[in-house]
Order: sequence, then structure tokens, then C-alpha cells
Amino acid sequence: MRPLRFLLQKEFRQILRSKSLIFTIIFGPIIQLIILPLAANYTVKNINLAVVDHDHSTYSKKLVEKIYSSGYFLRAGYGDSYNAAADLIAHDKADIILEIPQNFEDNLVRENKQQVYLAVNAINGTKAGVGSGYLGAIIADFNNDVRLQWITPQRFTQAPTIDIVNANWYNPYLSYFMFMVPGLMVSLLTGIGAFSASLNIVREKEIGTIEQINVTPIKKWQFIVGKLIPYWFMGMIVFTVGLAVSRFMYGIIPVGNVGLLYGFLSVYLLTLLGVGLLISTFAETQQQAVSVAFFFVIIFNFISGVFTPIDSMPGWGQALAYISPMSHFASVMRMVVLKGSTFHDIQSHFIAIIILGVIFNTWAVINYRKTT
Amino acid sequence: MDNIAIKAEKLTKRFDDFVAVDAITFDVKQGEIFGFVGANGAGKTTAMRILCGLSKPTSGTAMVAGYDVYKDPEKIKKVIGYMSQKFSLYDDLTVMENITFYAGIYGLSDKDIKKRGQALLDQLGIGHEAKTFVSSLPLGWKQKLAFSVAIIHEPKIVFLDEPTGGVDPVTRRQFWDLIYAAADRGITVFVTTHYMDEAEYCNRVSIMVDGRIDAFDTPSNLKKRFSVNSMNEVFYQLARGAKRKAD
Repeated sequence: MRPLRFLLQKEFRQILRSKSLIFTIIFGPIIQLIILPLAANYTVKNINLAVVDHDHSTYSKKLVEKIYSSGYFLRAGYGDSYNAAADLIAHDKADIILEIPQNFEDNLVRENKQQVYLAVNAINGTKAGVGSGYLGAIIADFNNDVRLQWITPQRFTQAPTIDIVNANWYNPYLSYFMFMVPGLMVSLLTGIGAFSASLNIVREKEIGTIEQINVTPIKKWQFIVGKLIPYWFMGMIVFTVGLAVSRFMYGIIPVGNVGLLYGFLSVYLLTLLGVGLLISTFAETQQQAVSVAFFFVIIFNFISGVFTPIDSMPGWGQALAYISPMSHFASVMRMVVLKGSTFHDIQSHFIAIIILGVIFNTWAVINYRKTT
Repeated sequence: MDNIAIKAEKLTKRFDDFVAVDAITFDVKQGEIFGFVGANGAGKTTAMRILCGLSKPTSGTAMVAGYDVYKDPEKIKKVIGYMSQKFSLYDDLTVMENITFYAGIYGLSDKDIKKRGQALLDQLGIGHEAKTFVSSLPLGWKQKLAFSVAIIHEPKIVFLDEPTGGVDPVTRRQFWDLIYAAADRGITVFVTTHYMDEAEYCNRVSIMVDGRIDAFDTPSNLKKRFSVNSMNEVFYQLARGAKRKAD
């Protein structure tokens, strides 16, 4: 065990002397957690709506005002030429065209029935889908208003409707911050951990000190553990900084036990760093290590469920998510922070992450060769 | 047999169809300074890496300090020191921190680390530089420090791979003083070089050409045999026949 003590002493000294690493650990998460959640926001706002109004009636104007007053839409144009509006879409100045036909008011009053036409620029699928959804809801609401004005009280159940009332469990106000900040913390931690660990051994290969280490009686597991522990502490610090930012910046206080989060994190970090060290035993240069680590970190992120639900991935995607350590941590993070899940609820993730950790770390120890 | 530190017989290393080390046979006596001479690419470093347990031979046998290089490379590592061609100290650690680190992983006690570390600094005359980062030392000092660190655990054998590359003649001379001091303490020195004046300093010399050992004797016998006045000329005569390109 004695050699391990000296390895650790050396690694900690080197880490504490590396200004760029300290910056990555402390300020990296603060800056990223302040900026990224604002950008990674799924709420669709600022939809550019062009209105083609062939009617110019009181009701058509009322409808248009109602739409704009919702706050989701920006005025991209108002006129009576469909071609002019189509031109706006072609030049990316408008996302949606709402076409109100001639005699909109007349038909609405007289025949109780009218159609409006929506043309959607589907290049940005999310914006188009969500935007036309909003628009549909607003028009339906307008429809109801009109009805209430016209339908006399005695005929009150002429058109029975079912109203849906939502209750959003665990995130009652559907705040994207509540959802995204814990996910982004997982993503940041994974990136920092995988990169720093995968670079470390390779750097010793590049400067040649690994040769000197390999000729000492130090054991392979001692060397790997000596590399693992400092970065494990580093990950703990990054996470703590992240929790503080989400507490003070976004007011997110984990519903569940913070100790449980740290417990899971401590195992997750060992697994993640194992992946990084494994990469660095394969790579000969830092460039190689970075490109391989980048490849895996991208896959980990997209398969993790942080940005898209794992349940809607194809079968192979779900299988991939299962063997990717990050998806387990992402699930646990959201379960504990939002829902207050207990150890019992997350134990399957615990088992999975332990198995993955044993596999990656054993592989790294075996693949690190003192002798060629 | 007790006084044989290294014994190699028909030691061979192939990389695919390239024979880097071609059935070399030699022995090194305990306490001697053994020069392993050859042009660049002759196979010196490969042979040395096998003896240090860093590389497995393809065939042949080799015993280092009584241990078999196939079976006990980790036991060999306990009793040898090694200084590679590449600079092997940590730039971002101070002189004393480097000493502490290497002494520590060889299992020296805290007391010994302190004592030997201080003795080392005194011997090199750099006691006042203990807290200097290695990155800011001149190359010659770095090399001398690297050598002293390589023998901090008092190994039986120390392997030096072109230790004086890029160093000025005065520093080289000082470096050899350190080598003599180590040999006086009973440490066997196995040193590769392509400086022929350094070959003159060795007790015995083997000259490698194209992976083979073409000559193996004391410097004075070699000069006699080739009837020349210097090791330089011995080397020219042998290396002229080399087919392998230097890298």
C-alpha cells in the first residue's frame, strides 16, 4: 500500500498545480450551469406568425389579437396576399401562416362553422409542431368564446365537451429548469470526468515518465487506483459546485436524500473514470485519447435520456442506454431530485452501475501493460 | 557464478519480420561498468528494455540479478534502476518531490527518503535547489538528478540508456564521476552510448551492429585486436559493415 500513498501524493500535487484543471473543476460547472439551462429550453417562444386575412372583419381581428396576446407569437406580417406570406416563409421570416378566408365572420355567424388554414414551415420540426399546437389550442378557445356569446343559456348542453385538467406530478409548474438542470449536471460531470481521466495516463506516455513507472515494482492496480482516486475527488467537488449553483441560481432543492445522490455518484464516478482510464490505456497520444473520449461522451449524452426520453428510443437504443453508465446516473439524478426516490427505487440502477464499473476498471487494469 | 549480474544467451527480439535483437550472448560481472555500444538503430535500447522487464524477448534466455526475464520481470524491477532516453522526472514537481516520489514507490521508509534525499542533493551540490521545479533546471542538472534518482533505492544493477545525450562535455565528465561513484558502491552499471570516448571509460564493451554483438571485450583488448589507438576507430571498422539504416 505504501507505493499507493506516494502515487496519490504526486497526483494531487500535480492536479492542484494545474491552473487549467482547477478552472475546469470550479468555474467550468458554474459558468455552464448558468448558461446552458437557458439555452437548452424546450419552451417554444417567439414563433413568427404571418397572418393572411381575407376577411378584415371584427371577428378575424379579434382572433388575431387573441393569438398575439398569448405571448408565444411574434408579428411577422399581416396582409391579404397568401403569396406575400409564402414569401416570408421562404425567406425564413415567418414560421407559420394563418390564413383566414373571406366571409369568415359571416359564415361563423350564419352557418356556425368556419375553417382557417395553417401553413407551417416544418424545417424546425419542434417549433412547427409545438407552434401549430399552440395555435390550435388558441383557436379552439376562441371557438368556445364565440359559442358562449351566442348560445342562449336555456340550450346549454347543446354541445357536450370534455375538459381535460392536468396535474403535473413532481414538477407541478412544468419548469424546464427543474428538468434540465439536474440532467445537465450529469452531462457536465460525465464530460469533465471522462476527458480528464482519459488524458492522464496518456500524458505520462507522451512525456515518457510512464516508462520510468513501468520499471518500478509498482503494481498495475496500484497505478490505476492511484490515478482513479484524485479524479474521484475532483468529480465530487464538481458535483457539489453544481448542487450549489442549482440551489442558489434555480432554487432547486432535491426532494430526496442528498446523501443518496452522493452515494450513487461515488459509484458512478468510479465507473466513468474506469472508462476514461481504459481509453487512455489504448491511446498512445493525447489527440487519440481526446477523439475517442469525445466519441463516447457524445454517445453517452444522446443515449442518456437527458435530452430525449429513453422510452421512445428503438430497442437497440434502449439496450445501448442500459450499458451506458451516464443514463443510469441521469435517471437516478432526476428520480431523487424531482421525485424523492429512495434507495429501494434506484437499486436496479445501483446494481447496473456497479457491474459496469467492475467491468471497465478490470478491463483497464488488464489492458494497462507494464511489459510489451 | 555469484559474481555474474546479467547473463544473456541467444537473446532475440523480433517485431514481425524485423529482427531487432539477433541472438546476442554476453555476460556482465557484478560491480563492473559495462558499455553497450552501437549506432542508432543497432538494437541497444530494445535489448536493454528486455533486460529491464519492459519487453518480452522472442527467444533465448536472460537472467538479471539471478531472475529470469520471462518468469520474474516484477522481481527484477525491485533490484534494478533505470534511466531512459526520454527524460523521466516530473517537470511540475520540485526536485525534492521527485526524489520523494521515486524513493517512495520503491518502498523506502520516510526516514531513509529524507536521509538519502539530502545525501543526493549534497552529492550533486544542489541542496539550495530542493524546492525548485524540475522544469526550470538546466538539462545537465536534470540528467544528473535523473541518474541519482534512478539509484536512490540502491539497486544491484542500474541501466542507463544514452544518459548523456545532448549534454556538454564538462557535464558528461561529471556524469561519469557519478557513474564511477555508483560502481564503487558495488552497483553494476549497464550503459548504452554512441560516444566512443565514453566507451573508453567502461570496464568492458560490447559493440552491436545490426542487432548482433560483433565485438565484446575490454577497451584495451579491442584496440589491440583491431590494431588501432582509439575506440572510435574500432567502432568505425565494425560499423562500416552495417546494413541497417540509422533511424
